[in-house]
Amino acid sequence: MKILVCITHVPDTTSRIAFTENNTKFDSNGIQYIIGPYDDYALARAVELKEETGGSITVLNVGTQETEPTIRKALAIGADEAIRVNAEPVDSFFVAKQIAAVAGEGQYDMILMGRESIDFNGGMVHGMVGELLGIPSLSPVMTLELDGNQATMTREIEGGKETLQLNTPFVAGCQEPIAEWKIPNMRGIMSARTKPLNVIEPAEDGTATKLEKFELPPAKGDVKMIDADNVGELVQLLKNEAKVL
Amino acid sequence: MSTTATEQSKQVPAGTESAIKGGEFLIRESEAKDVFIPEEWSEEQKMIAQTCHDFLEQEIYPRLEEIDSMEHPELMPSLLDKAGELGLLGTSVPERYDGFGMNFNTSMLVAEVLGAGHSFAVAISAHTGIGTLPILYYGNEEQKQKYLPKLATGEYKAAYCLTEPDSGSDANSGKTKAVLTDDGKHYVINGQKMWITNGGFADLFIVFAKIDDDKNLSAFIVEKEFGGITMNEEEKKMGIKGSSTRQIFFNDCKVPAENLLSERGNGFKIAVNILNIGRIKLGVAAIGACKAVTSRAVNYANERKQFGQSISNFGAIKHKIAQMATKTYVSESAHYRAGQNIDDAYDSLLEQGMDPAKARLKSVEEFAIECAILKVHGSEVLDFVTDEGVQIYGGMGYSAEGPMDRAYRDARINRIFEGTNEINRMLSIDMLMKRALKGSLDLMSPAMAVQKELMSIPDFGAEEEEGLFATEKKALRNLKKAGLMVAGAAVQKFMQKLGEEQEILMNLADMLIEGYVAESALLRTEKLAGMKGEENIKPQIDMTRIYLYEAIEKASNAGKQAIYAFAEGDEQRMMLMGLKRFTKLQPYNLKEARRRVADFVISKNEYPF
Repeated sequence: MKILVCITHVPDTTSRIAFTENNTKFDSNGIQYIIGPYDDYALARAVELKEETGGSITVLNVGTQETEPTIRKALAIGADEAIRVNAEPVDSFFVAKQIAAVAGEGQYDMILMGRESIDFNGGMVHGMVGELLGIPSLSPVMTLELDGNQATMTREIEGGKETLQLNTPFVAGCQEPIAEWKIPNMRGIMSARTKPLNVIEPAEDGTATKLEKFELPPAKGDVKMIDADNVGELVQLLKNEAKVL
Repeated sequence: MSTTATEQSKQVPAGTESAIKGGEFLIRESEAKDVFIPEEWSEEQKMIAQTCHDFLEQEIYPRLEEIDSMEHPELMPSLLDKAGELGLLGTSVPERYDGFGMNFNTSMLVAEVLGAGHSFAVAISAHTGIGTLPILYYGNEEQKQKYLPKLATGEYKAAYCLTEPDSGSDANSGKTKAVLTDDGKHYVINGQKMWITNGGFADLFIVFAKIDDDKNLSAFIVEKEFGGITMNEEEKKMGIKGSSTRQIFFNDCKVPAENLLSERGNGFKIAVNILNIGRIKLGVAAIGACKAVTSRAVNYANERKQFGQSISNFGAIKHKIAQMATKTYVSESAHYRAGQNIDDAYDSLLEQGMDPAKARLKSVEEFAIECAILKVHGSEVLDFVTDEGVQIYGGMGYSAEGPMDRAYRDARINRIFEGTNEINRMLSIDMLMKRALKGSLDLMSPAMAVQKELMSIPDFGAEEEEGLFATEKKALRNLKKAGLMVAGAAVQKFMQKLGEEQEILMNLADMLIEGYVAESALLRTEKLAGMKGEENIKPQIDMTRIYLYEAIEKASNAGKQAIYAFAEGDEQRMMLMGLKRFTKLQPYNLKEARRRVADFVISKNEYPF
């Protein structure tokens, strides 16, 4: 089983977000980067599948050299080799094209990734990759079991869950509880430095979108406390001040 | 390209002329380029630290209540098993015994991060430190092969049995006895041990006992399976409530003769040397806890609104945040500086052909003064930080529902175990004096030079040095002179009886401690400025200055106390004038400096250095 796991390199979930250069650039000063949490689930499931059925895991990231510590962490968690597409991941379509190019070369049985990144939260890359490669793509996948070439997956749908069966190859955007996050162990960390990390140039340049500016959400306003007996005042305020009624 | 943990210790050439000796910081200046600073961690070391951090987040923090309740006695050993699966129990153990053979500073980094783990931190550090290291450093090959793999993986959990009801700080006075059986095949151990960390679940005990009527202790590796071991219920404690602490009784416990560790009568030496390592690790674990507490307190101060704004906007809170960050930064700088000194000394001894276990012990012994200093400083910084953490949280700080309650209670033990801070203060001075007497450290000539300088006309700074910290370096040199002056006079006054003047020893130790840590911070920041540029490390520069001022004031006060206590008349006047001259400071707006530091920390919403 050959598994390709695509990972993003994103700010830690507790990071304070700020922008520079007239709100056109993310301020990365002092920011700790991590593997996207959803991608981390995908990677964890891939490691489990490898333990169950054998095979190999290739981890893929589209990013500049700064992402290499994040990629090494994925190697420490259990991937066998890594590919870094040497480019700024400007938008979902650009990233999807890079993944599709790598996947097209590598004959992977499945392509796993998070349901979405946690920086731009586009949640589109898996669908685009499936489309570009002409193979099925599912998201958000919460369980993934494998029997030979047949995969059984559950995914969340409006108001419930559905269980689907399909043959490899496929693309899956994963989320919990597909697997438990894996913490890299000392042996993994020590072996990560000798595992191959291949850097390749992007398959096709050019992007479909252009960034105008970032905007932080407005600061939370003050909370007005209304006495529980004073429903009339509450209704008035909701009508006239908050204008939600 | 990053370096590996094992390669890193070799970056600074060891055994060269420039290698600094333990305690020598008092009489010799170090250069920034020669110290290791935490900003130099390799990618691999950072990943190891992250693993420790993730382990706490995933396995420990969600269970703090459950751990402290002690309702599930199997919980702590199961958490140690999980840490074992990640390899965290084997960082110091060589690869041939199923460990990872990391250098000393990397094992310090692991201790630091896990140090934020409350009761779990105590359990893991007792297992990997005082539980495992006696075998690693003093065991023979068979003992190492038999026990180290089990300890490194967590199959065996370890405890260290030194303290007895009537033998605490005076460790060599223990009454536990070991008697060799007539056939010479076993030692039979009888006695009582107290405050035994991990006692409730340990499979292996390092037990100190006297063979027959020996004056000195011997050490034994005792498996629980050997029988004859009973214990009292868990001790009820102020803090670290989830850490198993038992009184243990050895009743005709039959230990195979080959389980004697090292040689007969070598136990006290083992105990002391293992404690040296334990001390610096305890200090750095306290720093890990400081970072966690500071982060929480800053986050709370940002969230908590009073008078229509975050309390982090208020100067009084900013002052606290700046102090918490500054002391943590400074102490951290000193710990890893000493850790690297130990690694360098180790490499140098290995090159000279020494056996690795002996070299490790010798290298730590060389820096035993620094280890004692750091134990005191780290644990006292943690007490300060948790106290201010409680204060920032206000009422919620005093509530047992909030995180500060546990942090505050758990911090307190650190000033007591691994040698009380009083013992460690006295030890630091005692070791310094012994080295001076032995001639391995020439304190005499610098002390004489200081006396001579006292008689001469003060230098009014005609030759001003230039560069970052030029005035601070001068102040630091003077601080050391003040220490030498007071210590020198105290030695002359009391000679061999100085040991009986414990209050004065405390004063001298404070001067020593402040000099060491302030210098360490200065060297770290200076090196960092070279790496990143002064413009980019303004908070670190501020913190270094803030601390230096505090250190000098503290040392000046300690010096005064000592001088009042032992000098009179002209001598007293002369020394007080000297002290004033050596601890003179230019006015500096500490308030503004602290505000700048606090604003930076507040903007990051966590301890950011």
